[in-house]
Amino acid sequence: MSTTDTTDEATEQDPFAAGGDAAEGHVYTVTGQDWDSLVSEQAERGDERIVVNMGPQHPSTHGVLRLILELEGESVTEARCGIGYLHTGIEKNMEFRNWTQGVTFCTRMDYLAPLHNETTYCLGVERLLDIEAEIPEKASVLRVLMLELNRISSHLVCIATGGMEIGALTVMTIGFREREKVLDAFELITGLRMNHAYIRPGGVAQDLPDKALDFVKDLVVWMKKHLPEYAAFCNENPVFKARLSGVGHLDLAGCLALGITGPPLRATGYDWDLRKKQPYCGYETYDFEVQTWDTMDAYGRFRIRLNEMWQSLTIIEQCVERLEKMRGAPIMIADKKIAWPAQLSIGSDGMGNSNEYIKHIMGQSMEALIHHFKLVTEGFRVPPGQAYIPIESPRGELGAHVVSDGGTRPFRAHFRDPSFTNLQAMPVMCEGAMVSDVVVAVASLDPVMGGVDR
Amino acid sequence: MSDIHEESDEKAPIKGAEPEGESEPDARTKPESLTGEAPSVDSGATEAEEDEAQLATTEPTAEVLQVRRGMFGVKGSGDTSGYGGLTRVVEFPAAATPPFGGWWDQVYDRIGALIPDFSDVITKVVIHRGEITFHVERHHLPNLVQHLRDDARLRFEFCSSVSGVHYPADKGAELHAVYHLQSMTHNRRIRLEVSAPDSDPHIPSVVATYPTADWHERETYDMFGIVFDGHPALTRILMPDDWPGYPQRKDYPLGGIPVEYKGATIPPPDQRRSYS
Repeated sequence: MSTTDTTDEATEQDPFAAGGDAAEGHVYTVTGQDWDSLVSEQAERGDERIVVNMGPQHPSTHGVLRLILELEGESVTEARCGIGYLHTGIEKNMEFRNWTQGVTFCTRMDYLAPLHNETTYCLGVERLLDIEAEIPEKASVLRVLMLELNRISSHLVCIATGGMEIGALTVMTIGFREREKVLDAFELITGLRMNHAYIRPGGVAQDLPDKALDFVKDLVVWMKKHLPEYAAFCNENPVFKARLSGVGHLDLAGCLALGITGPPLRATGYDWDLRKKQPYCGYETYDFEVQTWDTMDAYGRFRIRLNEMWQSLTIIEQCVERLEKMRGAPIMIADKKIAWPAQLSIGSDGMGNSNEYIKHIMGQSMEALIHHFKLVTEGFRVPPGQAYIPIESPRGELGAHVVSDGGTRPFRAHFRDPSFTNLQAMPVMCEGAMVSDVVVAVASLDPVMGGVDR
Repeated sequence: MSDIHEESDEKAPIKGAEPEGESEPDARTKPESLTGEAPSVDSGATEAEEDEAQLATTEPTAEVLQVRRGMFGVKGSGDTSGYGGLTRVVEFPAAATPPFGGWWDQVYDRIGALIPDFSDVITKVVIHRGEITFHVERHHLPNLVQHLRDDARLRFEFCSSVSGVHYPADKGAELHAVYHLQSMTHNRRIRLEVSAPDSDPHIPSVVATYPTADWHERETYDMFGIVFDGHPALTRILMPDDWPGYPQRKDYPLGGIPVEYKGATIPPPDQRRSYS
């Protein structure tokens, strides 16, 4: 441990501080294995006020979130977020790739809900192309199927990591066990566990493989068997309830002022769900209920997520039912000027270009090769204008503000990520509470830093 | 995207300078106007002017932002590909005039009833693909959003996002801030667009009305350098505090890859040839 007093002659500099960093008061630089000396020194000083940097590499902050907490003993008197540690410039990168390639970038933003990122972007592009009415029905059903599977896997991670952070390790292990099943379904359908680039402007990349529907049916059966375990472990567990109830309080007025959506908003009792209020991808034709709770706290958000997984299962069942009647139906728009030309198939070594298709463009049709080349390298043009079609991601309103100047690339793509907006509620939920409640409050917002920082 | 500023034609009609108000709601861009007739390879300035005049007059439903020439990075007499002769007119959907239809008129008329001289406040209304955009004069923004949120017949109580867009070709209004507002009460969405020139990048903050705009405005400042006057603590949010420049601006220099192969280097993405 090294100590520095800015008023005294500094004995040892903080190795991580930038040159000329000025700090107020006494600075502790913790390097590990020195807690005893640190605690005893602080006890000698008799100063209860201490400012702690929690993160950005703290296991309880969901990635690289930095919380700056001012503590008075164990109470938090002031709390602020420091973000930006995972900023990767995805939005800027998208401006230098064509419209279809944009999907492979935005899928990496909120990495627990990649299909939601893809969908909101593609819906915006399709609106600008004015092809919303021409998207094949099977593509929309496939999108809904994937979105709801993704909602389940995302909520499972939220519950799993949230449980782990308060010491409920079994909830973590079973959460990841179930999530793995969903990722297996993703792998079967899209070829990848995450970063799918499956939903494309005009439809989806790939038709369902033969065994996919059976796999999804088995998955639903598995989920119905295992989801009750979470309720049994947590719902009435006194320790769990004591840690979550009344923690991270946020009422409806607070939610609207701070732009909070998703489970935190629905935990105030307001049934705001874009799938019902502003349906997209044909959600108005599915039978499901919006889940609400009235406690406005972390416990209510947990129960909403649990219930939403059940609702997602019923939507998935309806999708499977429809897809069984749609074998062989188109999954990509008929307009050859927009539809991605390459056909994929699953071989012994995973997904790749379909042999039949390669034979066609390389051996049979020069025009098909030219068409493929033009569309893949140059891409299609999107008429100028701007569009914003938000969707209900597992964390709330996720929207892509897509601007085109008529070119083959996005002029600007800005993502309104719910994690980014929801994190603004951290101070109001944590100030005045205990340090231990900060972890629960942040976990109840379920921020994903990939989406926050983009 | 380098061609935006490198090849933007100073004589092109400026966005907003076109006569407005002749268009129908949801004006469509005619596909044939995306690429015009290819003039001869070494087209002189006079030909270019004629070309523009013709293109501009044949498109009353759209607003020309700029005219770009020479795609795929080819210029001059050495071009045998023909790409250098291509011309593309960048035109955005033009302004609509009332009646717009449906609840759009209710919102528009209500704003008009609440704000005196509102033609100074809302400079233009664009309806495109079923979405309505109000272009707002920047000094009146805080007053307008206050009404939008508080009036019972408007009640846009929820601000989804603030995002920036940089239009280097939109001279005198290069920086745009775009606000997406949601009325949960009436289940309506509108978009506000406010612009500021590069030389005076100031837009009043809406944090007093929509506290959620706090981080969104910080992000827009961070990425575009738009200064939101009245924001409680306008600091960088995603980039490091000491970062120079505003990365999302179109003229922000991008790093190239100094890989050399037999004397050739890979240029930064914005200087590579492109179809845009």
